[in-house]
Amino acid sequence: MARGAGKGWLVRLPPMLWLVVFYLVPFLIVAKISLSQQAARRPPYLPVFDPAAGWEAFGAALGALSFDNFVSVVADDLIWSAYRSSLVIAAVSTVIALVLGLAIALPMARAPRRWQPVLVMLVVLPLLTSFLIRAYAWIAILKPEGFLNGALMALGLIREPLAILNTDVAVVIGIVYSYLPFMILPLYASLEKFDPSVLEAAADLGARPAQTFFLITLPMIRPAVLAGSALVFIPAAGEFIVPDLLGGSDTLMIGRVVWTTFFSERDWPLASALAIVLLSVVLVPLVLGRRRAPA
Amino acid sequence: MPEARTTTDGRNAADALISIRGVSKAYGGVPAVTDVTLDIGQGAFFALLGPSGCGKTTLLRMLAGFETPDAGAILIGGEDVTAVPPYLRPVNMMFQSYALFPHMSVADNIAFGLKRQGLPRDEIALRVAEMVRLARLAGFETRRPHQLSGGQRQRVALARALARRPRVLLLDEPLAALDRKLREETQFELMDIQRRLGMTFIIVTHDQDEAMTLASRIGVMQAGRLAQVGTPQEIYDHPVSRVVAGFVGDINLIEGRVGAVAGRMAGFVPDGLEVNWQVAAGDAQPGERMTLALRPERLDIAASGRQGPGNAMTGTVLDAGYLGDSTLFRVALTGGAVVRVFRQNARRGDSGGLTRGMPVTLTFPADAAILLRE
Repeated sequence: MARGAGKGWLVRLPPMLWLVVFYLVPFLIVAKISLSQQAARRPPYLPVFDPAAGWEAFGAALGALSFDNFVSVVADDLIWSAYRSSLVIAAVSTVIALVLGLAIALPMARAPRRWQPVLVMLVVLPLLTSFLIRAYAWIAILKPEGFLNGALMALGLIREPLAILNTDVAVVIGIVYSYLPFMILPLYASLEKFDPSVLEAAADLGARPAQTFFLITLPMIRPAVLAGSALVFIPAAGEFIVPDLLGGSDTLMIGRVVWTTFFSERDWPLASALAIVLLSVVLVPLVLGRRRAPA
Repeated sequence: MPEARTTTDGRNAADALISIRGVSKAYGGVPAVTDVTLDIGQGAFFALLGPSGCGKTTLLRMLAGFETPDAGAILIGGEDVTAVPPYLRPVNMMFQSYALFPHMSVADNIAFGLKRQGLPRDEIALRVAEMVRLARLAGFETRRPHQLSGGQRQRVALARALARRPRVLLLDEPLAALDRKLREETQFELMDIQRRLGMTFIIVTHDQDEAMTLASRIGVMQAGRLAQVGTPQEIYDHPVSRVVAGFVGDINLIEGRVGAVAGRMAGFVPDGLEVNWQVAAGDAQPGERMTLALRPERLDIAASGRQGPGNAMTGTVLDAGYLGDSTLFRVALTGGAVVRVFRQNARRGDSGGLTRGMPVTLTFPADAAILLRE
């Protein structure tokens, strides 16, 4: 460690630069806009920093920044319920994706070695089609006269078509389907490296299969469970396309609110404030969870 | 030796703790274990010995319940456990890779099996403390496996497997990952623990020295079959086949033809040598082609002309390897074959004066040779 300390920064420089240019700078821009006010001009907010105007103008612009937008975000009940329902839908989707992901990744990891690359390919395959088209396809499956209702009625399980499309259920189905590969891949990567004799040792010491799963397998792949859950939960919480296509008019998700505020109402500052609140609502528990549980 | 259905202590097979009856197992049509019948008595330290791929590990895994036999039955304590899953069998296994739970402390690893038994808390704590003492792990209870040395991990694996006080402890190449010095120390520890607990140990190993040192009885496996079962001495002195003779210890194999058989003695004419040795006949038939097996340390070597009693052959020293306590000679016989001879160096500076190229005479008594048919 100490030996490499002198040149360590060289190795760390490219990722740091990447993060600064593509994450930190855009974040700061959004943060600045969130402190501005909507205005009927181009860009549609004030104040604007103008390097040509000199220090005095800069100070004036700085003084014009305010937390008004955050105050309106906090004061608006509708926005709060949008956040709440976004987090609930994201959490439910993550749990379902985790269960499905385990059910798929476990047999994948135990499949014969030569089949495993093919199986990984099959998991990744849907990602080669456009996200939008795949979400659209679910309309054809879920609509009242769609494939799902047709199949259920043909089997005699239901008489009337179920109203799935344009509900939160359809949104959860769409999100789980869209992000499942991002759950499966880390789980599979972790399970594939698993020494099967550890499971045999558990059975040998009297653990039934379910006990072995919860006491040995799950704790040992915990980092992958956390990674997969984050990869599903974070984009799901801010998801816009799936609720827009599959959700109903009463499906309130924050991604849609941000979209409407930004494009329909052209209130960039409020939309930015909404995005920053979303970021902190999603990231803060994640960072805290990481710190509390050193793997 | 005809002792097929008796246990170590000579009791009847019905008293055997473990009874393996006609067990076979194949993987995708390739036989791994073929028709193995074996009884192991209570308190035995039994070694399954054989080269890799001989089926010894498959047999052990069938005892643990990880594999199901295609045919035959396995009885433990008189109860048929052939279809019983591993978590309900009264045996525990120590894995070659140790298979410790990486996310648990040493104490939690040892307690895992006890918790599954549903023992009360204080009983578990007592047993863990006892195992920690037995495996000399005091002070390491809260460490994770990755914070331990190889030898310590090996002892955690042993303590974890012993904690449930199984009727039988299965050990799959338990010392393979240790360096030589540690391996020797651990061998004696294992013997000591086995004797103190009076538990039945079954060890799988490819190391004949390990099997000879540890076991009260050895089963030599070859190509999925049990080639011979017996005490280390029986296996060494009375191997039933060339394969067993060659696998356990060093041996010279000399091809030839059986001559006249008179009572318990038979003549033996080795190929290419104009001699007629007198050896123990066993069940040899006159005129039969057989192999004569001679242990290198049962041969006497002397400069030509100083011939002692017994069967003799002549040759020249090819090379002499001085090992300190003994010297290993390779001698080219007059007929062309090469035999190995161990000579004990009883006194300091004692090399016998035998050097490369020197003509020598090798002699051996009639009872030192073993006639082998297979």
